[in-house]
Amino acid sequence: MSDKSEDIIVCENVSKWFGEFRALNDVSIRVKKGEVVVVCGPSGSGKSTFIRTINRLEEHQQGRIVVDGIEMSNDIRNIDAIRREVGMVFQQFNLFPHLTVLQNVTLAPVWVRKKTRKESEQRALELLERVGIVEQALKFPGQLSGGQQQRVAIARVLAMEPRIILFDEPTSALDPEMVKEVLDVMKTLASEGITMICVTHEMGFAREVADRVVFMDRGQIVEEGTPEHFFTNPHHERTKLFLSQIL
Amino acid sequence: MATEVSQSQARAPQPGIDVPGWLRKNLFSTWYNSLISIVLLVIVFQVVTGFFQWAFTTEGWIAAASNGRLILVGRYPAAELWRPQLALALVAVLLGLSGGVWRGIAQALTIGFAGMMLVLTALWTQLPPANPPAPLTTELVLVGIAALVGGAYAAGRAGGERLRWPIIAGWFLAYPMIILILQGFGGATVPTNLWGGLMLTMLLSVSGIVLSFPLGVLLALGRRSSLPVVKFFCVVYIELIRGVPLITVLFMAQLMLPLFLPSEVRIDAVVRAVVAVTLFSAAYLAENVRGGLQSIPKGQVEAARALGLNVVKTTLLITLPQALKAVIPVLVGQFISLFKDTSLVAIIGLLDLLGVARAINTQPEWLGFPGGVWRETFFVVAVIYWIFSFTMSRSSRQIEANLNRGAR
Repeated sequence: MSDKSEDIIVCENVSKWFGEFRALNDVSIRVKKGEVVVVCGPSGSGKSTFIRTINRLEEHQQGRIVVDGIEMSNDIRNIDAIRREVGMVFQQFNLFPHLTVLQNVTLAPVWVRKKTRKESEQRALELLERVGIVEQALKFPGQLSGGQQQRVAIARVLAMEPRIILFDEPTSALDPEMVKEVLDVMKTLASEGITMICVTHEMGFAREVADRVVFMDRGQIVEEGTPEHFFTNPHHERTKLFLSQIL
Repeated sequence: MATEVSQSQARAPQPGIDVPGWLRKNLFSTWYNSLISIVLLVIVFQVVTGFFQWAFTTEGWIAAASNGRLILVGRYPAAELWRPQLALALVAVLLGLSGGVWRGIAQALTIGFAGMMLVLTALWTQLPPANPPAPLTTELVLVGIAALVGGAYAAGRAGGERLRWPIIAGWFLAYPMIILILQGFGGATVPTNLWGGLMLTMLLSVSGIVLSFPLGVLLALGRRSSLPVVKFFCVVYIELIRGVPLITVLFMAQLMLPLFLPSEVRIDAVVRAVVAVTLFSAAYLAENVRGGLQSIPKGQVEAARALGLNVVKTTLLITLPQALKAVIPVLVGQFISLFKDTSLVAIIGLLDLLGVARAINTQPEWLGFPGGVWRETFFVVAVIYWIFSFTMSRSSRQIEANLNRGAR
């Protein structure tokens, strides 16, 4: 599978229902290794649901998802294998409040990757250094600002050395002055060649960093293209309307 | 780490405390407040003087005082008293070490424990010689145990952090060891029908707590399980037990269980009481823990699963620690009521703390006392219950405060 193409994520006709409501409607997308894809769209359009199907936080009912050559199935081993390759950053950070920053970052390497505590701590400190909060390592998440918490969350994901990172509105819960510090970290990651799928309303980030922008509405991908195309010359009325509202 | 907040901020100006002013403001601000205050003060005065008059004039204390051994260990044979003493010494060493290593509450408990030993010693030396004469060594044992706590405390402080895990392991081993010590092994066993008093109460409640905790946590997890069969059994169990009073469970265990079992299987009465208390407590504990589990935001599980932790690890490392922390006050409250509820075993004939109090009241020596000695005896027993319950509740506050230091 992975030999055939560079596509690290393949979604074919993915559909999902919440009861009667069709949250995803035949979503198909291929993401190349190292690509940065920004997913945008009005609220309720299914963008979060979509990226959550990629690591099986949401189960899709139709269609096919292949991540890094592993086909998503109900087999828990497959799901775990995919989750080891895919990191996720959440809107609400979801740090573990009972653990220190350092323990948050070392937890998964120790318990999932079976690394030694010492090795994981060393690596965690490097990562915290990289996101600029190494001096907070022994504090608890509740003692940090929102921007700092989100950077810890990114370090926690990086500690698992994922090949893909999913960002689910990572800056939406932040105060305006903290958005930049998180976006800066994300820009650095993008330049380092990690595959990223990012649901965000930060159009400046999309324009600057994204290789491709995907616009979703009512569970469907309405339009996709390079940032220039997307922002300067959108085809669909719905996209134009959305952009006129958001920009 | 720079977690401390500067304490040097200027305080708000404190108005001088002026007794007449305070009285006027708080007790006599209006005519009806004055009236209420006066009535209440008269009532309080009556009750307090009445109590002290009784406490200092009654001669009934002698009953509780001369039955010290019965209150502490029940009818445990005098020749085997070294067993509970050894068990107490074991607890003393562990407590002292914990106090030295962890400080905080453990230290406060250590001091309290040593203090209690010395108070008991002082009381013991005040006693008139009992009949039959109590073993002369009681004071020595008590002082020895107090010294042991002190020594262990010093050792704990000297040993520091590296003693942590050995001490935790020690506490886990202490429970089976104490049972073994009290029961004896080989030919020299002390049958449990001779166990009693405070020792039996402690044993029932500690057993209830230690055993019902894992069971309750499992039931709570089972009730939230996605497996319908597991969930069904947990729900049925919890709702059945919660629907009946503890005393009925005790009666069931004591009177009905023997009917269902083959006649050659005879389960010890104390064991049956422990099982009943455990099963009962576990159902309540399960509901409390479930409340804690439900308070954990969904995002916590999602984050853990997204990091690749499986269901078991997510539960053990993420949800359960947070849930248990959230319900500590409730759990301690439950343990306090469990401790007091064990007094119900007196009804099914075990001589726990309440049971020995009833036994003392019926001793023939006190028949000549006007009105009997039950007031004094029950008062002593109530004080003992209160000391333990109050200690538990204070400790839980401390634990909460410690855990909340880094909370969100």
